[in-house]
Amino acid sequence: MAQASLLDRSRTVAGPGYNRWLIPPAALAIHLAIGQAYAFSVFKKPLGALLSGTPDAPAPADWTPAQLGVTFSIAIVLLGLSAAIFGKWLERVGPRKAMMASALCFSGGFFIAALGVHLHNLWIVYFGYGFVGGIGLGIGYISPVSTLIKWFPDRRGVATGMAIMGFGGGAMIASPMSVALMDHFKASGTGSLGVAATFLALGVIYLLFMQFGVWTIRVPADDWVPAGYVPNPQHSALITSGNVSADNALKTPQFWLLWVVLLTNVTAGIGVLETASPLIQDTFSDKYMGAGKGVTAAAAAGFVGLLSLFNLLGRFFWSSASDKLGRKTTYAIYFGLGIVLYALIPTLGNGLQLALYVAVACVIISMYGGGFATIPAYLSDLFGKYQVGAIHGRLLTAWSTAGVLGPLIVNFLHESRKAEGFTGAAAYQTVFYTMAGLLVVGLLANFAVTAVNERYNEKGPVKAEAGGH
Amino acid sequence: MNQPPASSAAAPENSSGGALFLAWAFVGIPLLWGVSQTFVKALTLFQ
Repeated sequence: MAQASLLDRSRTVAGPGYNRWLIPPAALAIHLAIGQAYAFSVFKKPLGALLSGTPDAPAPADWTPAQLGVTFSIAIVLLGLSAAIFGKWLERVGPRKAMMASALCFSGGFFIAALGVHLHNLWIVYFGYGFVGGIGLGIGYISPVSTLIKWFPDRRGVATGMAIMGFGGGAMIASPMSVALMDHFKASGTGSLGVAATFLALGVIYLLFMQFGVWTIRVPADDWVPAGYVPNPQHSALITSGNVSADNALKTPQFWLLWVVLLTNVTAGIGVLETASPLIQDTFSDKYMGAGKGVTAAAAAGFVGLLSLFNLLGRFFWSSASDKLGRKTTYAIYFGLGIVLYALIPTLGNGLQLALYVAVACVIISMYGGGFATIPAYLSDLFGKYQVGAIHGRLLTAWSTAGVLGPLIVNFLHESRKAEGFTGAAAYQTVFYTMAGLLVVGLLANFAVTAVNERYNEKGPVKAEAGGH
Repeated sequence: MNQPPASSAAAPENSSGGALFLAWAFVGIPLLWGVSQTFVKALTLFQ
């Protein structure tokens, strides 16, 4: 019980003198860990060859790439659902207990999945990594957001950008670390190509790493404000001085407009990320560039890496810029510039302008990452700090939807063009024009965002017990 | 950066510069390692 009380919100209220710059590292410890989800693909080949023992010649009963892909899909769907479901609970119990729950679920997912690998039972892997781990992802993703906004009312974009940048960076750490662990355990002869032992090791590593966030996180006292900070409601008509509850937020058109904003931005970005490797190899192959001058598989992997870097940098850069530009203007840039750049991609591909093509793709992906990082601050501007974590959680269902919709649209359009006989850049033309069209929808939705009607505001001061820090 | 809350019951906590450095190093070092690994991988595009 003593342990439970240490996790309570009341035990996390920071005393005078606590440095708020300790909060972003606490948030990063959670996001860097759960960002591992985007590195799941490194396990696909070994997991698909557990019976045969060699990835190059899988046995008939080995798991297929499609079957293994379901694991990641379950995790992303559960991320959105659990963020939506547990958001209000998080606001009530505070970030420390939520981070601990996230750490237990996320690492527990690895332990269960390790058992599934050991027994070669895919359903156990789905349940462990996908279901239990996915819940850890959702709770972990939203757990530091409202706390950061409360500590940084003057720099909401910077603060949330730093945390959500961690989610982008998590895969960059997990991918080489997982490969190194698998190589080590495989060489040690632990069986299952080292995957089960790697899952166990990752479970322990992430459980310990996330404890840093759990025990460092603090919430500010009710009346705390940064030194010299004077809230100025006149700064922008969109920045409210009121507070809207998560339940009331769902009744506002602004919530659904931002849902469309996030959906369109993420769907379009996933379109590029999903196809990045084959896209650049098909568009700039030897057939078009000349013998030996085409983009190789290794160079394509470099392209994917470059996109990951810009995804990470965009999260911090654009979100920080939004503090100066305003959220609505920042999203107008994502969509306005995005429409032009997406429409330009097929032309650059047809013209074999490789350097420009890569540069444009990098800018596009930076705005995809920026869209994720800027949305919590946008929500906070519109709905106040009261239950912004819960509202953010509910909005993340747009991400889950985009995670399903984006690849579906891209694969359908690409396959249709190929069936019509188009190759190279032409095979992807409709993909990019469709994504540009989606961004038009997002631009219009963003344009329609206005201040939230005051009738949705909570009456009177909100209490800390209900998440009012 | 901080201002004492007028009515907080919590005890004062003076965060030292060392604690701040260690906290950022704890998350910054793995992040920089991951970024450097990705950067090296990305360089293959330009070779």
